[in-house]
Amino acid sequence: MDDRRQPAGGDRRAESAGESVEAGEERKTASVRQAIRSELAGDVTDAADSASQQQAQQAQQAQQAQQAQQPAKSQRRDPTLPVVELDHVSLAFDSPIIEDISLSVCPGETVVIVGESGTGKSTILKLILRLLVPDRGQVMVDGEDITNLSFEEALMVRQKMGMVFQGAALFDSMSVFENVAYPVREHTQLSDEEIDKRVREKLQFVDLEPDRVMGQFPSELSGGMRKRVGIARGLANNPEIMLYDEPTSGLDPLTTGTITRLIMKLERELGVTSIVVSHDIRSSFRMASKVALLNNHRIVFFGTPEDMTASDDKYIQDFLGGL
Amino acid sequence: MPAFLARLNDATKSRVLTIQEYFVLAGKSLRFIFARPFYGQDVVQQMDEIGVKSLGIVMLTGLFTGMVLALQSSVQLKTFGATMYIGNLVSASMIRELGPVLAGLMVAGRVGSGIAAQLGSMRVTEQIDALNTLGTDPIKKLVTPRVLAALIMVPVLTVINDFIGIIGGNIIGSLVIGVPSAQYWRTVWDQIANDGFALRYIPNDFIQGLSKPFVFGGIIAITACYFGLGTTGGTEGVGQSTTRTVVTSSILILIVDYFITQVLLSVLSYG
Repeated sequence: MDDRRQPAGGDRRAESAGESVEAGEERKTASVRQAIRSELAGDVTDAADSASQQQAQQAQQAQQAQQAQQPAKSQRRDPTLPVVELDHVSLAFDSPIIEDISLSVCPGETVVIVGESGTGKSTILKLILRLLVPDRGQVMVDGEDITNLSFEEALMVRQKMGMVFQGAALFDSMSVFENVAYPVREHTQLSDEEIDKRVREKLQFVDLEPDRVMGQFPSELSGGMRKRVGIARGLANNPEIMLYDEPTSGLDPLTTGTITRLIMKLERELGVTSIVVSHDIRSSFRMASKVALLNNHRIVFFGTPEDMTASDDKYIQDFLGGL
Repeated sequence: MPAFLARLNDATKSRVLTIQEYFVLAGKSLRFIFARPFYGQDVVQQMDEIGVKSLGIVMLTGLFTGMVLALQSSVQLKTFGATMYIGNLVSASMIRELGPVLAGLMVAGRVGSGIAAQLGSMRVTEQIDALNTLGTDPIKKLVTPRVLAALIMVPVLTVINDFIGIIGGNIIGSLVIGVPSAQYWRTVWDQIANDGFALRYIPNDFIQGLSKPFVFGGIIAITACYFGLGTTGGTEGVGQSTTRTVVTSSILILIVDYFITQVLLSVLSYG
C-alpha cells in the first residue's frame, strides 16, 4: 500500500488521547473511526492489487524465501493453543508497572500492544523474554512456565524468540554480516559457508542487497535499514516468535510502510507469531490480528482491530480519536 | 522508625548490595574463564586493546618515573657519598611499588574508562539487552574476556614499565650523576638478590612486583565492567560511569596495594 496516501483529517490525529474532549468531539471521533475503517478496507484492496500486479515477482520471492527458511514450528502447531500466554501478571518497582495483565497469543497471530507512554507496553515484552520476572502471575512460552527459570534456562527459552529493538540495537563494533551471523554462530554448528548463505537469505528476505550491506557497519546505515538488519538478525535462527519494540518509531511514512509490510510478510510467508509494541495505530491496524490496549497499567481492550474501532468505550474512542 | 534512621538503613542496604553485586560479577566472570563457550578471539582483541595499545603510555610513564627517581635519590645519596647505590634504590622502588602502581593507574585511566564507556554505551543503546535476547550471557561474552585480558596484560605492562624505569634511572645515572652503566646494573641485580628468593629461585621482589599487577588488572576490569553494565540515564550516565570507574579503581589500587604489601612483607623473608 502507498503510505503517502493519508486519510483526510490526518493532522488532527496528532492530538493525544489525554487531551480534553470539546464540543463536537463525538462527531470528530466518528469521522476518525470511519477513516480507520476505510484504511482497513484500503489495506485489503491494496493487498489484492499488489498481489495481482506483482504476483509473479512475489511468487518467485516467496519460493526463494521458503527455500531459505525452515518452516516455522508455529505452522505445525495446534492453532488454538497459545504460544505465548500471560496469566494475571503484575509487576511493580516503586510504583505499579503492569497490573493483572492476561494475554494469549496463538500461533501465527500478530498481536499489537498499544497504549499511552508509560503504561507498561515494553515491560510486557521484557516479561515474555524473561528479562524481568513478574511479582505475581505466570508467563508461559510454548506451554512452559518461564517465571521461575534460572538465568541459563531463560537463555535457552530466548532462543525460541527473535527481538527487534526500538533503536535496532545492532552491535556497533560488528559489520552487518557479523550482526546477522552472531546468533547463528552462537547457537549452531554451521560451517562458514552455511552461515554466509544463511545471512544472505535473511538479508534478502528483509529486502536488503547482501553484497551491498554485508560489509557496512550500523553507523553507515539509515534508520530503516538498521531496523531491517535488526529483523534479519532476529530471524537468523528461524524463531517461532518475533517481538518488536516500536518497530516504526522515528521512521518516515514510506519506511514505516516497508517495515509494516515486512512484519506482515513474516506472518504470511513463514507463519511467525509476532508481538508488536507500537504507538503507531495506523500501521498497527494494518498488521494486527488482535490489538491489546493498555491504560493505567491494565489491558482495557483485547480483540480485533475491527472490534476496537466499533467499540463504544469512551477511552477507546478517545484513544482512536487521538490518532 | 525515625526518618533519618530509615534513610541510613536504606543507604546501608544500598552500599551492601553494591558490594555484593560487585563480588558476584567478579566471581561469575572468573568462573566463566573455565566454562564453554570460550570467546578466544574476544580475549585476543581485548589483550590488544588493553596491552598493546597501552604500551606507549606505560613506557613513557616508566621512563620518566625512573629518571626522576634517579635524580631525586641522587640528591639524598650524595650527602652520604653513596650515589653508586642509585641502582639499588631505583630498582627496588620500581619493581616493588612504583611500577605496579603507576602501570595500574595508567591502565585504569586509559583502559578502565574505555571499557566503562563502551559497555555503558552498549547498555543505553540496548545492545546488552540484545545480547540477552539472542541467548548470550553478557558477562560471559563481554566481562570475562576483558577480565582475562587484563589479568594477563597488566602484569606484562608492569614488567615493561619496571624495565623501562630502570633504564631511565641508568640514563640519568650515567649522563647526569656520573654512575657508570656497569656499576648501575650490578647494583640493580644486587638489590634483587639481596632481597631474597622464594622457592629458592624466584626473587621476592618479582613476587611483589608481579602479584600486585595481577590483582590490579582484575580490579580495573571488574570495576569498569561493573559500572559500565550498570549505566543508566543515557549519554550523561555513560560519562558518570566512566568517571566512577577511574576514581574507584584508582582508589582501590592504592588501598589494595597497601594490604598486599603488608601481607607479602610478613610472608616473604627478606634479606
